[in-house]
Amino acid sequence: MGDFITLAGVGMTYATASGPVEALRDITLGVRRGELVALVGPSGCGKSTLLRIVAGLRRATLGVVTVDGRPVSRPIPEVGMVFQAPVLLKWRRVLDNVLLPAELAGRDPSAHRGRAHALLELVGLGEFAAKYPTELSGGMQQRASLCRALLLDPPLLLMDEPFGALDAMTRDEMNLELLRVWGEARTGNGARKTILFVTHSISEAVFLADRVVVMTPRPGRIAKVLDVPLPRPRTVETRATADFGALSLKIYEALIAR
Amino acid sequence: MPRLAGTLPSVALFALLLVAWQAAVGVLGIREYLLPSPLAVARALGASDIPWLSHAWTTTVEIVGAFLLAGAVGVALGIAIAWSALLSRALVPFLVFVNTLPKVAVAPLFLLWLGYGIVPNMLIGALIGFFPVVINTAVGLSQVDEEMLDLGRVFNAPKWKVFAKIRIPNAFPYILSALKVTATAAVVGAIVGEFVASQKGLGYVIIATQGSMNTPVAFAALVWISVVGLAVYGAVVLAARWIAPWAETSN
Repeated sequence: MGDFITLAGVGMTYATASGPVEALRDITLGVRRGELVALVGPSGCGKSTLLRIVAGLRRATLGVVTVDGRPVSRPIPEVGMVFQAPVLLKWRRVLDNVLLPAELAGRDPSAHRGRAHALLELVGLGEFAAKYPTELSGGMQQRASLCRALLLDPPLLLMDEPFGALDAMTRDEMNLELLRVWGEARTGNGARKTILFVTHSISEAVFLADRVVVMTPRPGRIAKVLDVPLPRPRTVETRATADFGALSLKIYEALIAR
Repeated sequence: MPRLAGTLPSVALFALLLVAWQAAVGVLGIREYLLPSPLAVARALGASDIPWLSHAWTTTVEIVGAFLLAGAVGVALGIAIAWSALLSRALVPFLVFVNTLPKVAVAPLFLLWLGYGIVPNMLIGALIGFFPVVINTAVGLSQVDEEMLDLGRVFNAPKWKVFAKIRIPNAFPYILSALKVTATAAVVGAIVGEFVASQKGLGYVIIATQGSMNTPVAFAALVWISVVGLAVYGAVVLAARWIAPWAETSN
């Protein structure tokens, strides 16, 4: 079976007032269905842009992107997106925020209420469905944002530093939470969702991912791709193992090797 | 209780000023047609020969009409500007030009075209008050998180749906704060219209006292105007709080 996502020679150059800026160069990568791939790199290496290209929100200036065998040339509905900020609509209750994708996609929201409630239960927000986002903590808002991304059961999750704004403890908690939800929120054929996860935290990348893609500063290129053979399910103890430390060090070396 | 304690200083100051005013008028022997004492104003408010309620009602209708018109037209133009770049390029210079006109100067023309009555006074109030609504609506519609709009794009949501579900609610706090300004502007417009030509309303009462030097009545009309103005403003604030309680913090 071919890769679920393929990026072949993807490049991106912006036109700016002070001339063209090359954000991405020659990105070639395949992501298998159900794989969790973390993109790690310094700020401004174009990793967020890469996510947007996969979602079809941006057009690459070079190269070809395919998702599920089809070339991506405009926004594709197969994705759920989670951003660094929860970007919840503050005039809607949590449940109605989670239901937003159904409304935007022109589907009947009432048909998705059951799933929305189930997702909120899954992330421990069952009792907060009728609250407004401002009544929730940052971590809870981000959980609600994850529920929103999962509402229409997309096969692909694109996560752009989703836990980057949270404090370290909440972030570790959310990492465990994500893995749990990932294992349980399966798509129709029982497979896990494919996740592209952008972060600048090495330990977050190692903890979550099947593979870590290390990127260089602008223009963003792939410096190294590392397998993470740590056993699943990963637990709090995983971070204390020697393998975890060794992998983190390798990624660190790849990041600073220039 | 703390709320009451909070207003106490301003109530005390107000009472003190009234007393000082009353005393000053008495001690200095200021003539009533120059500056009536608070008690004389109170007597004028109670005068049975002036139909205060009827005048206040006329002015209130003009203010509310001006406010609703300014709000509706302002929001519609704001949406038009945010909807299409072409409309924006066509409308904005024109609106800026209209806004630079001293609207009060247009009042006699409105009366010429529309005759006496409450309609021209409403229009003057609306003309004074609509511009901030246009600008705030357009700004509120465009100040949306790019990521929020990405959600719309991912699902290929039609433009009207993004407006209805994301942009317009997002603009609510902006529109509501403009409407508070408009509520005040509508009062100015209604009174100006009544000054220029009318036979009813609180502005008319003030103009009518000029001939008779009945200054206490003019002051009494001012009291009524501020009561009406505060009531309209208060109604807008309450309505805003009720319609969009989540918008409060943004103001």
